[in-house]
Amino acid sequence: MAPTARPTVAQPMSPHLQIYRWTWTMAMSVFHRITGTALYGGTALVAVWLVALASGPVGYSYVAGFFGSLVGRLVLFVYTWVLMHHMLGGIRHLIWDTGFGFDRAKRLSMARLTLIGSVALTLVIWAVALLVR
Amino acid sequence: MAKEEVRQDTRISIRTPRARVRGLGVSHHGAGHWWLQRLTAVANVVLMLSFVVIIAKMAGRGYGEARLLVATPLVSILLILALLSVTVHMRLGMQVIIEDYVHAPGTKIAAVFANNAYAVVVAVACLYAVLRIGFGQPA
Repeated sequence: MAPTARPTVAQPMSPHLQIYRWTWTMAMSVFHRITGTALYGGTALVAVWLVALASGPVGYSYVAGFFGSLVGRLVLFVYTWVLMHHMLGGIRHLIWDTGFGFDRAKRLSMARLTLIGSVALTLVIWAVALLVR
Repeated sequence: MAKEEVRQDTRISIRTPRARVRGLGVSHHGAGHWWLQRLTAVANVVLMLSFVVIIAKMAGRGYGEARLLVATPLVSILLILALLSVTVHMRLGMQVIIEDYVHAPGTKIAAVFANNAYAVVVAVACLYAVLRIGFGQPA
């Protein structure tokens, strides 16, 4: 039997993210991956800082100068929030791993708590760090 | 045919497909990746909070004072533990992201290789620096 020509109809594609209405759990899931990726790159800053400290006062002065500047402090502030957000998001996942927190109300409250908690923790950390100094 | 291949081939061996996916499963490393991601995640909670305290105490210190703080045994040990846990955790996490989005075999291998290289370079650079400062080598 001769193969019949396939009709030239565009194949339907499954919809991608942009078609869905944003929900808290979806947003926090995306945030978890973005913050994880940011922290991944951020470890290079930790490495630069430690190697500069090991290399001597001249090298360290450049790095300390950057982190002490306005841009540097902004980077550290955002870094703190990203770290806290990924930490709380991770704790959420660890709670799910035990089998709890899957019902609608808990899902939503844990997603909200991730964002609110990360902002609160960041502000507390910076307030304490600035007051104690 | 090697013994393992015979065991894998259901036409020759009486091992069922289900038996093959039990234990280490089709990926050949079982749940090791998933489990290590969780272990380092729990460790990271404690270690990153101590890291934040260390960084906060670092603010406003000059070169000499900063070195003295890092050279404190407790700070050195916490930094080393944090670096080991974080670099393992981030390597596993990035591998999952690569596996999710990169499908071309060549690009995928290159991406996984780069991920491993980055994690190892960051880990070794940080460890070297902390140990050098901790053991009191003058710069």
